[in-house]
Amino acid sequence: MMHTTENGLRAWLTAETPHSRGQARLGRVYLGWLAFARNRLAMIGLGIVLLLVLMAALAPLLAPYDPYTQDLSQRLLPPSAAHWLGTDAFGRDILSRILYGSRLTLMIVALVAVTAPVAGLLIGTVAGYLGGWVDGALMRVTDIFLAFPKLILALAFVSALGPGIENAIIAIAITSWPPYARIARAETITIRKSDFISAARLQGASTPRIILGHVVPLCSSSLIVRVTLDMAGIILTAAGLGFLGLGAQPPAPEWGAMIATGRQYVLEQWWVATMPGIAIFVVSLGFNLLGDGLRDVLDPKGQ
Amino acid sequence: MPGRRHAIRGAGLLVSVALTVLGLLLVTFLIGRVVPIDPVIAVVGDRVSADTYARVRQELGLDLPLWQQFLRYVGDVIQGDFGTSVLTSRPVLEDILRVFPATLELATAALVVGVLLGIPAGVMAAVHRGRWPDHLIRVIGLIGHSIPIFWLGLMALLVFYARLDWAPGPGRVDVFYEGLVDPVTGIITADALLAGETDVFWNALHHLVLPAGILGLYSVAYIARMTRSFMLDQLRQEYITTARVKGMSEARVIWRHALGNIAVPLTTVVALSYASLLEGSVLTETVFAWPGLGLYITNSLLSADMNAVLGGTLVVGAVFIGLNLLSDLLYRLLDPRAR
Repeated sequence: MMHTTENGLRAWLTAETPHSRGQARLGRVYLGWLAFARNRLAMIGLGIVLLLVLMAALAPLLAPYDPYTQDLSQRLLPPSAAHWLGTDAFGRDILSRILYGSRLTLMIVALVAVTAPVAGLLIGTVAGYLGGWVDGALMRVTDIFLAFPKLILALAFVSALGPGIENAIIAIAITSWPPYARIARAETITIRKSDFISAARLQGASTPRIILGHVVPLCSSSLIVRVTLDMAGIILTAAGLGFLGLGAQPPAPEWGAMIATGRQYVLEQWWVATMPGIAIFVVSLGFNLLGDGLRDVLDPKGQ
Repeated sequence: MPGRRHAIRGAGLLVSVALTVLGLLLVTFLIGRVVPIDPVIAVVGDRVSADTYARVRQELGLDLPLWQQFLRYVGDVIQGDFGTSVLTSRPVLEDILRVFPATLELATAALVVGVLLGIPAGVMAAVHRGRWPDHLIRVIGLIGHSIPIFWLGLMALLVFYARLDWAPGPGRVDVFYEGLVDPVTGIITADALLAGETDVFWNALHHLVLPAGILGLYSVAYIARMTRSFMLDQLRQEYITTARVKGMSEARVIWRHALGNIAVPLTTVVALSYASLLEGSVLTETVFAWPGLGLYITNSLLSADMNAVLGGTLVVGAVFIGLNLLSDLLYRLLDPRAR
């Protein structure tokens, strides 16, 4: 029974002549998924990212200990059956802290990935569509932000706003939008003279309506690829800020900050700084693999 | 006529650079304004009479409208006045000039690593496209983009310094050699050579290997990827086929003809990756206790020393713009088609 419905569904999705717009759209998504699923590395990346989401959602169930409770009689224990990844200088279980830390990582990535591309998309499409002095002014501002090294600019913003995870997120978002604006502008310029845009304008569509309803959706897929590829960079920057003591503040189990506290023990109790670093590495690798796979599917030009 | 067109284009470039620099100043100025620290209290402390407070506020120019304050700030910076560091109580510019050579030394060494490994790797990947050298280099690049550099530095110290004892610990030279050579350029390896102190030179070089190697890993990934795609473009061209048909050795075709033709775009790639190395040095310097600009900025940050932070940001930003301009100019100068 199950088998036939599955076959029926696949036939419906891959139909040569779809009967509705929804069917055609779902069919395209399905074909994209097939191409994506053939890429083994991309599937590994997707698996890592899904694992991160699961870890974050189920942290209280998975964590064997409380991530904040200090127990000085248990400090700096090497990895063992009781503490799989060992304990830190305050006797806290490192595995539990990494599990809870995945929530912070996910939050940082999600917030930056929602705010910065939207800002870049709006600025880029408006600049590209309107052209003229608006374009000149907006792109000048974008260039100024691009002229700054990202990490240094984020450092300067955090220093002004004060250390903390919220300010770190704001700083990273402020420094990440310019490339998105550039991409969106370039895409907008190639489609702004298209016939369907002229048709929409002749029908009396207002400029905001054309930009939001017609230009923005067409720029989205290349932005999605770029955002996924940037997520590893966001994670690394956030961890770097945490490592410098400017991101999440103790006792928050942020991975970069955990490396910073493990730093003074690194020569003897190596596991304190090593374990969170492995977590950062695996998660950024996952996002990079996923981004590469998505690029191959959504942006065949890049090949 | 071409000369005039050239002049107009040059002027346009200058205006664009000037605007970018002005924007850079505006950003650092505005960041300095939103700081929750009251600059007056930072100078006189919080136990002063209202009169003194008002006077100092006026002296600092804080009662002026914002745009006048900005003009004052630009004027100060042009004259080399970045304010005084609260931490070292010296002029910020003096501090920066003192620490900058260390960063320059580290970033340059890292760039050498990046060029020496990245270009051959990229060429090999292009020549053996789709086979294992290509995959290997892609995997190395992927790992390079996913590893936190500060963590890699710590792990390298753990393995090569603590466990294997192959590399010296953090710092620029062993304590024993510290202060043996006079800082002429501020770049210890160069100073040691100038003074003829070979012991100090080898020690400094030994200290440079680990941080420069780790920092260089990033530019290796970038330079190799760009070299690969440039090379692939060249290897498709007809002159390559012609050279092969003429019976030229494969090595000569690849390393002389193809590589020679991508030299120009590669120079711009190298200039750009130099800029990103300056940025990457912030975290590397912290891990290896390397007394450069990055360590200076982070130390100032942690003690809320805003003048020093903004001065450092400004200098790094200016170097960034300078390198971008340089890569642009190099391209126009070296590539006859761009003239």
